[in-house]
This record gives sequence, C-alpha cells and structure tokens, in this order.
Amino acid sequence: MLLGLLAEGDKHGYELKRAHDRRLPRARPLAFGQVYATLGRLERDGLVAPAGQDRDAGPDRTAYTLTPAGRDALAAWLAEVEPPMPYVASTLFAKVVVALLVADTGHVRSYLVAQRRAHTDRLRELTAVKTDPSASLDDVVAADYAIAHLDADLRWLHTTLERVADWHREVHS
Amino acid sequence: MTELQARGVVKAYGPTPALRGITLDVAEGEIVAVTGPSGCGKSTLLHCLAGILRPDAGQVFWRGERIDTWSEAARSKLRRTEFGVLFQFGQLVPELTVAENVALPLLLAGTGRRAGRTVATAWLARLGVADLADARPGELSGGQQQRCALARTLVTEPRVIFADEPTGALDTLAGEQVLTQLVRLAREQRTSVVLVTHEPRIAGYADREVVLRDGAVDGAGLGLDLPAAAGSGLGLRATGAPAGEALANAAPAGGAPAGERPAGGAR
Ligand SMILES: Nc1ncnc2c1ncn2[C@@H]1O[C@H](COP(=O)(O)OP(=O)(O)O)[C@@H](O)[C@H]1O
Ligand SMILES: [Mg+2]
Repeated sequence: MLLGLLAEGDKHGYELKRAHDRRLPRARPLAFGQVYATLGRLERDGLVAPAGQDRDAGPDRTAYTLTPAGRDALAAWLAEVEPPMPYVASTLFAKVVVALLVADTGHVRSYLVAQRRAHTDRLRELTAVKTDPSASLDDVVAADYAIAHLDADLRWLHTTLERVADWHREVHS
Repeated sequence: MTELQARGVVKAYGPTPALRGITLDVAEGEIVAVTGPSGCGKSTLLHCLAGILRPDAGQVFWRGERIDTWSEAARSKLRRTEFGVLFQFGQLVPELTVAENVALPLLLAGTGRRAGRTVATAWLARLGVADLADARPGELSGGQQQRCALARTLVTEPRVIFADEPTGALDTLAGEQVLTQLVRLAREQRTSVVLVTHEPRIAGYADREVVLRDGAVDGAGLGLDLPAAAGSGLGLRATGAPAGEALANAAPAGGAPAGERPAGGAR
C-alpha cells in the first residue's frame, strides 16, 4: 500500500500517513510509528530510498522515493491474485453457529435480532456516505467494499435461519 | 404529517392468506423499505397501499382520507395523479419512443402532446438520459429502461412512489444508479417512498425498514420464525453448555440426523 502511495510521487512519512487515511477512509488510520517502521524495512530491502538533499535529516524530515526495485515489487504485488478468502474466520460466523447449537430459542433470537439490527444500521450509514453528492470516488469505493460484506453477512444470516427452520420442519413433521 | 396509513389490512387470494392484519404509517418524505422472504406478502401490501387491490378487511388512508372504500375509478385517478409506481420490469410500451412513454401519464391526465413532451424531456435530462428521448425501449439496456421508467413515474410529481423490486432485474451498478436517483429526487421533492425489496443492500437506501413474515409485520425484524427450541432441535445441546465445549462438539455432531440422538446432548 505504501509503495502504491509513493508511486504517486515522493512523500514524507507524515504525508504518507495522510494520503493513506484519505484514500482509505473506512480503513483503520495508520499509526506514525507503523509508517516509519515500514519505511525502514522497505529502505533496508532497497525498495524505497531517501529522496533529495536532506538525506541526513531525521526520519520525519526525509522524503522517500520509489526505487526501480520498488516499482517492480509494486507491479508484482498488483499482478498477484489474492486467494479468494471467505470470511469464515469471522466472529459473526462462529457466534451464529454456536448460538444455534447451544442457546435456547429466546437467546438465539435476541442475539440474531440485535446483530441484524447492528448490521442494517451500519449498512444504512454507509449507504448515506456513498450517496452523499459530495462523496469522492475514494469514499464510494471504500463504502461499497464494506456494504458488499455486510450485505453478504446478512444474506448468509437469513439463509442460515431459513435452513434451520426448514430442517426443523422436516424433522418434526 | 402522515402520508399513508394501513390499519389492520387483511388480504387473501381464495384460501391463501397473504396479509394477516398489517398496520403501518409512512410519513411525508419518508422512505420505507418493506422486506422479508419471498411470498411473505410484500407485493400484496404494496398493491393494497397503492389502491390497486382492495383489502378484504382493514383500512388504508392517504393524508387522513380513507381510500380503500373509493370506487375503482376514483382510486385509478388517485394512482394517476398522486401516486407513482415502479416495477421490477419498467413496463415501457415498446411501440412508443422513450419520450412518448414518459409523457404518457401526463397525456392521460389531460396535458397536451407538446407540453407533455417538454416536461418528459426535462425529466429525462434530470435523470441523465436526455439522449434516449427518441429511442424505442427495445434498443435500451435494462438500466437505461429502468431510468426511463423512473422518469415516467416521476413526471406527474407524485406524493408517494411505490417501487416493487425496482432493481431486481438489474446488475449491481445499474440498480444502484437507479436507486440513488430515485432516493435523491424523492428527498428533493419530499416524496414518500414505499420500497419493496428482498435485498439488504437495497433496504440500506431507506430511512426505515419494515420486515414482513407470513403476512404480518415482524416486530423483531428477522422475517423468520425460529423453530421452538432451536438448539435442542438440532440434536445438540439444549441449553447452558459452555460455548467452547459446544463448538468442539459441533463438527462431528452437526451433520448427523437429530432424531438419532438423545435429546440431552451430542456425545
Ligand atoms: N394473484 C395471486 N393469486 C393467488 N395467490 C397469490 C397471488 N399473488 C400472490 N399470491 C400468494 O400470496 C402470498 C403473498 O404473495 P406476494 O405478496 O407476492 O409476496 P412477496 O411479494 O413478498 O413475494 C404468497 O403465498 C403468494 O403465493
Ligand atoms: Mg413480490
């Protein structure tokens, strides 16, 4: 990600942090310490280098530039297909499964109702962000990503409940 | 102000009950999503609210006036002047151009052909499809057709818009563009919207969601009834087991038929 931001142009550490937080408004803000640690690692690996004259200044005064190796690494990263990672590791999944297994109907129901409401409220907030006429393309793309995942969670939640209801009906008919 | 009210609305198709007493308020300018599983009565409710169907029992009010008892002609006039409908498939008349389609509700209301065309093209421009005015519906993509259908819905400046799965036939981006425009224009005009959808993502565009289940409003908002004693029903632990232990048991036990297991536990 930092390599991508440097590809736009040379930046100081604090500029990188700002660019990251602006580009990915729904992501967790980057800590300064994290930025400098990552820059240090990238410099050691020869992917970035201090730019311009002030190479002897402290890390917070140094602007960094992408090296040719850094450009290659960025291109390789962009070309690499991500493993299609289903979110089965999520706590939501674990909770619903466990709730269906162990809890009595009243508890399962109130948990699911509350969870569904939380998801729906968040979905509505994100939809408002994205349909705001002043929303930037970055805002919309980031909101879309989150919306798509919340939507998937909700669909799965409903399908699961329908399955359980169907299954129950079959067994008891 | 309350724009639309349903009080105990009941509707059946022969022996099939579709609505079992729905009570619902829609405020002026409010966008309400009606959601719930397929067959729960969403379309039937929309048709009753819009005066297309007459409820078997209960009442429907528009701006405080009871409309379900009105004659077919009076309800039809109300639908033409104060209500607008948008369905899953735009239902544009294939023989007419887009502009003629959009002007149609105005012509039915007595507007002249020329004035109708002017207003229609202005709405097409607002929806960003001015260039389609002289095309025939058959030449358009689904998204373009639905935008034109939206223009036709809006052209009479209705006070309430009834939309039944308006994005159901569209891909994600096209559906979203239609919906964004519908919501934006409804907000500008303080038009109320009843938006029927089964997609959570689409319900996100509304101010509020009403979930139906088997023809009734589901206060809890799940749209489904969980079977009594879901836990024990799965043939696993009924109650009280620590979660970690249950999860440890879940994998082998989950696939087994419940009837073959003692009611008390999985081991
Ligand atoms: N014209 C009809 N004749 C007979 N039954 C109908 C008719 N329309 C709907 N139904 C039944 O009424 C119930 C509710 O249908 P509908 O309102 O279309 O639900 P939804 O829009 O939520 O899918 C369903 O059981 C459906 O089969
Ligand atoms: Mg329907």
